[in-house]
Amino acid sequence: MSREAQPWHPPGVGAGFELYTMGWNLKEDLRDCMVAAAPYGGPIALLKNHARKEKSPGARPLLEIYSASGLLLASIPWKSGQLVQLGWTASEDLLCIQEDGTVLIYNLFCEFKRHFSMGNEVLQNHVLEAKVFHSEFGTGVAILTGSHRFSLATNIEDLKLRRMPEVPGLQKPPSCWAVLSQDRVTIVLLAVGQDLYLLDNTSCSVVTPPGLSPSAGAYVQMAVSFTHRCLALLTDTGYIWMGLASLKEKLCEFHCSIRSPPKQMVWCMRPRSRQRAVVVAWDRQLLVAGSSSEGIQFVLDEDSYLVPELDGVRILSRSSHEFLQEIPEASQEIFKIASMAPGALLLEAQKEYEKESQKADEYLREIKEQKLLPEAVSQCIEAAGHEHEPDTQKALLRAASFGKCFLDKFPPESFVRMCQDLRVLNAIRDYQIGIPLTFTQYKRLTIEVLLDRLVLRRLYPLAIRMCEYLRLSEIQGVSRILAHWACYKVQQKDKSDEEVAQAINHKLGDTPGISYSEIAARAYDCGRTELAIKLLEYEPRSGEQVPLLLKMKRSKLALSKAIESGDTDLVYTVVLHLKNELNRGTFFMTLQNQPVALSLYRQRIEGRVGALQNALDEFYKAKNEFAAKATEEQIKLLRLQRHLQEDFDKPYLDLSLHDTVSNLILDGHHKRAEQLYREFKIPDKRYWWLKISALANRGDWEEMEKFSKSKKSPIGYLPFVEIAVKHHNRYEAKKYAPRVPPEQRVRAFVLVGDLDQAADAAIEHKNETEMNFVLSKCSASTDAAVAEKLNRARAQLLKK
Amino acid sequence: MSPLDRIANVSILKQHEVDKLYKVETRPAPSASDQFCFLVRPRIRTMRYIADIVNADKMSGRSRKYKIIFSPQKFYACEMVLEEEGVFGDVTCDEWSFYLLPLDEDIISMELPEFFRDYFLEGDHRWINSVARALQLLNSLYGPFGRAYGIGRCAKMSYELWRDLEEESEGDGQGRKPEIGSIFLMDRDTDYVTALCSQVVYEGLVDDTFRIKCGSVDFGPDVTSSDKSIKVLLNAQDKVFSQIRNEHFSSVFGFLSQKSRNLQAQYDRRRGMDIKQMKNFVSQELKGLKQEHRLLSLHIGACESIMKKKTKQDFQEMIKAEHSLLEGFDIRESTSFIEEHIDRQVSPIESLRLMCLLSITENGLVPKDYRSLKTQYLQSYGPEHLLTFHNLKRIGLLTEQAAGETLTAVESRVSKLVTDRAAGKITDAFNSLARKSNFRAISKKLGLIPRLDGEYDLKMPRDMAYVFSGAYVPLSCKIIEQVLERRGWQGLEEVLRLLNGHEFSVSDSTAEDGAAAEAQRVVLAVFLGGCTFSEIAALRFLGKERGCKFIFLTTAITNSARVMEAMSEARA
Repeated sequence: MSREAQPWHPPGVGAGFELYTMGWNLKEDLRDCMVAAAPYGGPIALLKNHARKEKSPGARPLLEIYSASGLLLASIPWKSGQLVQLGWTASEDLLCIQEDGTVLIYNLFCEFKRHFSMGNEVLQNHVLEAKVFHSEFGTGVAILTGSHRFSLATNIEDLKLRRMPEVPGLQKPPSCWAVLSQDRVTIVLLAVGQDLYLLDNTSCSVVTPPGLSPSAGAYVQMAVSFTHRCLALLTDTGYIWMGLASLKEKLCEFHCSIRSPPKQMVWCMRPRSRQRAVVVAWDRQLLVAGSSSEGIQFVLDEDSYLVPELDGVRILSRSSHEFLQEIPEASQEIFKIASMAPGALLLEAQKEYEKESQKADEYLREIKEQKLLPEAVSQCIEAAGHEHEPDTQKALLRAASFGKCFLDKFPPESFVRMCQDLRVLNAIRDYQIGIPLTFTQYKRLTIEVLLDRLVLRRLYPLAIRMCEYLRLSEIQGVSRILAHWACYKVQQKDKSDEEVAQAINHKLGDTPGISYSEIAARAYDCGRTELAIKLLEYEPRSGEQVPLLLKMKRSKLALSKAIESGDTDLVYTVVLHLKNELNRGTFFMTLQNQPVALSLYRQRIEGRVGALQNALDEFYKAKNEFAAKATEEQIKLLRLQRHLQEDFDKPYLDLSLHDTVSNLILDGHHKRAEQLYREFKIPDKRYWWLKISALANRGDWEEMEKFSKSKKSPIGYLPFVEIAVKHHNRYEAKKYAPRVPPEQRVRAFVLVGDLDQAADAAIEHKNETEMNFVLSKCSASTDAAVAEKLNRARAQLLKK
Repeated sequence: MSPLDRIANVSILKQHEVDKLYKVETRPAPSASDQFCFLVRPRIRTMRYIADIVNADKMSGRSRKYKIIFSPQKFYACEMVLEEEGVFGDVTCDEWSFYLLPLDEDIISMELPEFFRDYFLEGDHRWINSVARALQLLNSLYGPFGRAYGIGRCAKMSYELWRDLEEESEGDGQGRKPEIGSIFLMDRDTDYVTALCSQVVYEGLVDDTFRIKCGSVDFGPDVTSSDKSIKVLLNAQDKVFSQIRNEHFSSVFGFLSQKSRNLQAQYDRRRGMDIKQMKNFVSQELKGLKQEHRLLSLHIGACESIMKKKTKQDFQEMIKAEHSLLEGFDIRESTSFIEEHIDRQVSPIESLRLMCLLSITENGLVPKDYRSLKTQYLQSYGPEHLLTFHNLKRIGLLTEQAAGETLTAVESRVSKLVTDRAAGKITDAFNSLARKSNFRAISKKLGLIPRLDGEYDLKMPRDMAYVFSGAYVPLSCKIIEQVLERRGWQGLEEVLRLLNGHEFSVSDSTAEDGAAAEAQRVVLAVFLGGCTFSEIAALRFLGKERGCKFIFLTTAITNSARVMEAMSEARA
């Protein structure tokens, strides 16, 4: 079915070409194996010997996974229960559905990931049939049980089992059924003889497709398109109804001559194309049925298996892997025999140009006359994308580039991007890689997902090369892949911790976006704690280091890391964790060596202010002599204050010593005050200051005078003057002014307002500054005499 | 004024249907609203408070919605507490990464007054991350810094963390043209002396007297000479203030009276005007003049109020005592001045400040004084200050002189040896205990006390000492001046030894070459633990002298009282 052998068909019909010659050396017939191929050129799972009726122990089933090119990725002998169905998830995990309703999930390399059950009902009644389907919610599993009931899980990542309502009167399994996804609701369509039932969450209803031929007969096969938009129904009279999956509109119908039930029926159409066709496969025959009354038939040399794709059908057989698709418009235009489309002419022109023929000019002129050169270039670029052979791709791109030379303003992006995309596509289509993506599929899948798939296949170097080639940002591209690589690396148990850690650091270095802690976490999961710790050393963010260290029970290391980071929050986290984990003694011993943590802990647990009393006790223990004495005094004071409070019925508690004595004097309890003064050895100076200001506040000038004469004042007599003046009592102030020592007397007299005496004192001292000071206080009207006296004295002083 | 007021004042919040605002304190808020929103720092105590409110509501069967907004970030420990208290499910949390608040054209504050106590006393590193993020933010806005200098452990850690962050994020600011030439990070503990001095430049005095909060001050009735107080924003927009803020207080009055005469003259021009000129005058100038008039009268009022408080004998004597402490003579006299200060219960915070100043300039107190001053203080202000003294000792502000001075040299040599990170951490707590200020020696080395020949002309200052009446050049500013001049620490080894090291100097040649000449003259001074208005004034003066521009990034504006209050354990 290669292009050369196959004559060109009228538009609307597919053409196939070989993707790979399969290298899997399959001995069994494909029909004897259980087959599941993942969409988007994904891997193929085969279960051999599954139908072992005779119980010979030697013939265990063998589960094998191949790339699309037939390279063996992994294989394991199947030891679990009887399998009913295999299927692939959107993230290329293999689902193995067992008879008892258990679903086992394996990765590409046959490594077991997890399993889940489809519920008790399924367990009791067994699985009759199962289907794996994809919807916007993810990958789902639908099961038909032995009691002819359906159970669904729309997303296996977020497992919610749904048991569909009963179909009334269903005694035998339906002849065919399919899972549809409409308006975000997943429903089951099933056919029993000539009737079609629709099962939704709550009800079961009979439906009839519009425009169905009355003589259609019983349904034998149905097919839902890749995008869930279209539905095809095949009856036992060879009638095919094609319409929308909503059953609201018929698109076309087809009558085929073969009556025997087919093996498979799948849709073959490309997105947004108006051409619709289904491919029906029998044992040795393949039929492409579309809107035209005649289908195209192919003879199959071998047993084949159909894999529906977004824009066509892949046909797998023992020896080859082919792809059948509707030819894209751009390719049709260019490659149609005797096509006069601008693209075709441009291709021709370029070929002539290479032959150095002047015809090139003629063709080019023809395009330019129609002003279609931009279209021609675009067509060539687009067609190149749909080509599988690098040579044809190159020819088309060369033509595009040639045409571009004659255009002033043709934006180069589309050309450049196509070159890049094709390079990527050719790389992954390589036999060794074996991901035969078409351009359309690639665009739908996106580069990010493609990179994920390469990572899943552990094709790290290719993925990195691609990121670099496409200049993807490091965090999205290279770093992410390196991180995956590292996570894989830590699982290699044959290398020493040191070696692995070094290898990883060597390759990863300081690449931005790399999380060493994630890799370390993976290492820890694999039971390699020492390796994890080594890897964490490379982690620059302590915030990432610490939680994992805690998880690994390396709390002391975590604590010192947290403190090193200077992040209080982290320290708290570790301290709280330690407190729960260690016994009290060890806990405090650990904190002892870490003052930062200790102080944080104290702040949190005790609260500082309330602990005053405790703190005083601690001073005793600490042999802090000064503080101990202060404590003693305080206790003594507290006792005294309690007495005072009782005796005078006034609040004394919690006052300072100074305030206590001061309050006593204010209230006139001079004896008591005296007692405290002696008991607490209050320094004389303080006592005098305290007493005179308290007495002044009380207005007890008589007592003050008595006190001033009790003995020689240790603070002098100026304070007496000052305090009396402050209380606006000049009369009292004047009493003390003469007792002020000579050097302060001028100031004292000025304070009490006796400028005359102040002047005399100043003159007596023969002190110019003092004279000036007094002069500055003199006002011209009232103190003229004093001023004169001073001026005279000053003049005399200056004369000398 | 709180930072929130600067960003979204009450009326804006009301527009967004905020019913009422409460302060997070110990008392619960008596509100009938069915939604509470807590805007808080990530602190355990606050979490307990919130949990209490939620639990109280639960007990009384009341259902409300609670939202906690953590600024600048949420801590896991906070969530743990909420969980422990059983309210985790009842609240929703959010983060507000608020780092920088521009207070003025050249001052950016992080509004983290708690930084000082948290880091220097409690050894809590929680805000270092915030500082690093603030630097990252500045870097992304103004491009890479050409040169980075710093001194102090916290400065170093912040700088390193910031570099790490920068590397991790692949730098948004890389492509930017550098607008800031150099950056200088300094820990507050490098220079406590300057922070402890009484301020005498106008802005500093206003801060000391009235407390400037978030760039705004409440002038009370004694200033406004009316019966209500007025809130005034103090920044470069205020034409009167911007001219006097950096002046020594003694020249402010003269300036203001000159200004008022000018203003009067401008008003008087009206006399000779015809109708048209008058119209012009009213429409264009009058409003500005009136505004200026209003500000002028406010500042004159403020000056009078300050004068009333400060021209008393006490204040002058205190300044005198301070200056002798700085210069290091008549220590005995100063000590008895402080003693009298304590005995007379003048002010707990002031007394504490003087004691600290004495200790730090003298490398600790003589054992006898240490005991007696503390005893006096406890007698005056209560035994709870035993804890205050403990704090002050830990942070190195009030210490006892060691038996032999030789010990200091050994110690600083040891701490010089122990520079690697992990070992440094362990000795952290120990270090602050043993820390010596070495102020006298540093002062001599750097010439912080200007030699007086004749009167210091405060109106025409010749060096940064003018901010302290010509008696003392602020140490912090002097270090910045020296390092900028030398483009590094060469030649300052002896000073560094005395300061206890932890210096660094890094230059990014690409950023340096890329910077325009103008940008190279811009210096970002980062103060970790707060800076004072005196320091700002001194550096502004330095900038004018050297033709460069200083921009300030500080964890908060501080002054001596705030430093002392942060250490004080007095019961509220």
